[in-house]
Amino acid sequence: MKHTLSVLVENHPGVLSRIAGLFSRRGFNIDSLAVGTTEVPDISRMTIVVNGDDYIVEQVKKQLNKLIDVIKISEIDPVNSVTRELVLIKVNADTSSRSEIIQIVEVFRANIVDVNKDSMIIEVVGDEGKVNAMQELLSQYGIKELVRTGVIGLNRGPKTIK
Amino acid sequence: MNTTGAEALIRSLEKKGVEIIFGYPGGSVLQIYDLLRDSSIKHVLTRSEQAAAHAASGYSRVTGRVGVCLATSGPGATNLITGIATAYMDSIPLVAITGQVSTDMIGKDVFQEVDITGATAPFTKHNYLVKDVKELPRIVKEAFYIASTGRPGPVLIDIPKDVAAAVFEYTYPERVDIRGYKPNYEGHPLQIQKAVKAINRARQPVICAGGGVVSSGCHNELLKLAEKCKIPVAMTLMGLGSIPGEHELALGMFGMHGTYFANKAVSQADLIIAAGARFGDRAIGKRDKFAPNAKIVHIDIDPAEIGKNIDTYIPIVGDLKRVLAKILEGTEEVKEREWLNTIKKLKTEHPLKYEKSEKLKPQFVIEKLYQLTRGRAIVSTEVGQHQIWTAHFYKFSEPRRFITSGGLGTMGYGFPAAIGAQLGRPEERVITISGDGSFQMNLPELATALENNLPIKIIVLNNGTLGMVRQLQDFYCNGRHSCVDFKFVPDFSRIAESYGALGVRIQREDEVEDALKTVLNSDKPAVADVIIDSDEKVFPMVLNNSPLSEMIGGY
Ligand SMILES: Cc1ncc(C[n+]2csc(CCOP(=O)(O)OP(=O)(O)O)c2C)c(N)n1
Repeated sequence: MKHTLSVLVENHPGVLSRIAGLFSRRGFNIDSLAVGTTEVPDISRMTIVVNGDDYIVEQVKKQLNKLIDVIKISEIDPVNSVTRELVLIKVNADTSSRSEIIQIVEVFRANIVDVNKDSMIIEVVGDEGKVNAMQELLSQYGIKELVRTGVIGLNRGPKTIK
Repeated sequence: MNTTGAEALIRSLEKKGVEIIFGYPGGSVLQIYDLLRDSSIKHVLTRSEQAAAHAASGYSRVTGRVGVCLATSGPGATNLITGIATAYMDSIPLVAITGQVSTDMIGKDVFQEVDITGATAPFTKHNYLVKDVKELPRIVKEAFYIASTGRPGPVLIDIPKDVAAAVFEYTYPERVDIRGYKPNYEGHPLQIQKAVKAINRARQPVICAGGGVVSSGCHNELLKLAEKCKIPVAMTLMGLGSIPGEHELALGMFGMHGTYFANKAVSQADLIIAAGARFGDRAIGKRDKFAPNAKIVHIDIDPAEIGKNIDTYIPIVGDLKRVLAKILEGTEEVKEREWLNTIKKLKTEHPLKYEKSEKLKPQFVIEKLYQLTRGRAIVSTEVGQHQIWTAHFYKFSEPRRFITSGGLGTMGYGFPAAIGAQLGRPEERVITISGDGSFQMNLPELATALENNLPIKIIVLNNGTLGMVRQLQDFYCNGRHSCVDFKFVPDFSRIAESYGALGVRIQREDEVEDALKTVLNSDKPAVADVIIDSDEKVFPMVLNNSPLSEMIGGY
C-alpha cells in the first residue's frame, strides 16, 4: 500500500542526507522523494511516497518526527487530494512512427518538447496512473531515456499543512 | 563584546554550568584547549577519546547532568564514536564537541578530516556542523537542551578551526525555540484514565521498569504505585535500581538472562505496565510469545518506541514521573492480592542460585562485595558474564548506582565510565566489575585514575576467556570454542602495581573476604585479579526464539 507523506523540514544543508539515511538504515522503502522550498524561505517541503503496511508507515512517521530538523509530517489524503508528477520521456521516433506517437501525446494531453530526426522528448504531467499508462504505450517504440520528478501533492480544500 | 568562537564556546559551556570535560587534544582544537587552561571548567585527560566519551557518560549517569567530551578532528572524532553510540542506545545525555578542519578545506580530504556529522547521524539525537561563528552560542544552548530533554541522548557539535578562531560579537541566547522539537510531557488524560481502570481491574499485574525510570527520576512514584496496588516489579538491565533490589515486590531482571521468577511472572501476567522500557529484543524473548495473556500499558516519552516492538493496548506518551503521579492518584488501594502468593512461591522455590565447587565462583565474589559494601556502592560493569552476574547478585537499592552498557553492549565501557562516575560523585565508593577480556580494552585508563587520585576498585573476574561468547558457543556451536580462550593473560595485579595502584590476586574462596576488604579499604585505585572457574555459566538463559517462560539452567 502506497502512502504519500508531506514533510516540512528546516531548509538546512544536510537535512536530505539525514532523511535518506533514516530510510536506508531502518529498512523503509521510498518509492519517490521530491523536495523543494516552500512559501516560507527557510522551510522545505518533501513529498515522500512510501510503500508499506500501516505498521511501517506509522514507524516512518514516528522516526521522521524524531529528527530535530523535521517540523511537521502529514499524510496526503489518498482520495481528496491533487497529486502530480512530471516525467520526461525520450522515445524513438522515425518518420514511420512519428504520427502515431503524436496521436498518443494528444490523447494524453502531454506535450512534445523536443524533436529530431530519430527521437523526441515528451513531457507528461499527471498522477501515477496516467504516467504509467503513457510509459507503457510508448514502450513499443523504444524508450531511450526517462526521468521522473517524483510525486508532489496537496490536499484539496482550504486546509493546509503548516 | 568581541570574542573568538573558542571563547564563545567556553563561555557558553560555563554558562550551562559545565564543571568537567573529558577529552583529548589535537591540532584542530588548539584554541579551545588554550582557553581551557584558564577556565573554571576542569578538564580530565583520558588516555583515548573513546574513554573520554564513556567517562562523560558515566558522569552523566550518576549525576543526571549532561556529560561533555571533547576531541580533535579526524581520528579523535572517530575514536569518540563508540562512546557516542553507547550513550545513544542507553539514552544518556552527552554533548560531544569535535574540532574540524577549516571550512574552506572541508570536503577536500585534508589532513585529519572526517565527516563526523555524517558518520554520527545514525546514533546522535542531533548534530551540528558550525559554519558561522555567530550561530555557536545558540547551537551550544540548543545542544544541551536537546541532549537533556525528552528522551535524552547524545548531541555532537563539530567546530571547524577557522570558526573557533573567528571573532564576533558574543551574546548568549536567553531562550531556545526549536520548531521541530517539542517533547510531550503530559500524558493524555483519557489514556491515563484507561490505564487506571486497567490497573484497578487487573488480577495479575506486573510493572516492567526500564531505563526511563532512572532518567525521569520517578522511582518514588513507581514504588508508591507498586506498594499501593501490590504490583510486583520486574526490571530491564537499564532499569535495575528502579525499586530496591531487596524489596518484596522486586523481581530482579527479566529477559534473556532474567531471573526465573521475573520471567515467569511476566509470562503469566494479565497486565503489563511498561514504564520507560522499550521491549528490547534481549528483554522480551520470542516476540509473539511475550506475555501472551497480558494487556499492555506502555508509558514512554518517545512516541516512536510505542508499538515498535510490541503491540500496545494503552499507549501513553509522556514523562513517566508525571504520568505515574497521575495514575497513582486514580488507582484504588489493594489490600490483598492472591497473585503475590504465586510470586512468593516462585521466588522461594526457584531463587537465583549457583553450584559450589572447589573452584572459585564469581557469584560468590559479587555476593561478598554486596555484603561488604552493604549494597551502597556505585557499580559499573563491562560486558559479558560478569555483567549479568552483577545484575543478579548485587541488589541495587536505588537508581543511578548501576552503570552498564545495555543497548550497545560495549566492552571497554565500564572502567572509563567509573572514572566519570567517581568524578561526578567523589564521596561515593565506585567499583567496576570487569572481565579479563573487557578490562584489556581500556586498561590504560588506570593512568587517568591514578593521575586524578580516583580510588576506583576494579574487580576483574578473570576466567581467561571471553566467557559470554564462549557460553554462546557452548549453546549454539555445539561447544566448539573458537578464538575465545586467551593463550596469554597478564597478571592484572602486577599491572596495577606498575601503575602505582594497589594490586591483589584472589584464587580461593577463603581469601575473598579479606582480600576484598583490603581492596575496599585502600584509598588508592585498586585492582583485584580474581581467578574464577572458566566453565561457569550465566543462568537462567532463554535460548533464541524461545519465549521467556522457557528457561534453562540455574533453578
Ligand atoms: C567491543 C565489543 N566487542 C565484542 C563484543 C562481543 N562480546 C560480548 S561479551 C564478550 C566477552 C567478554 O569477555 P570478558 O570481558 O572477559 O567477560 P566474561 O564474559 O568472561 O565475564 C564479547 C567478546 C562486545 N560486546 N563488545
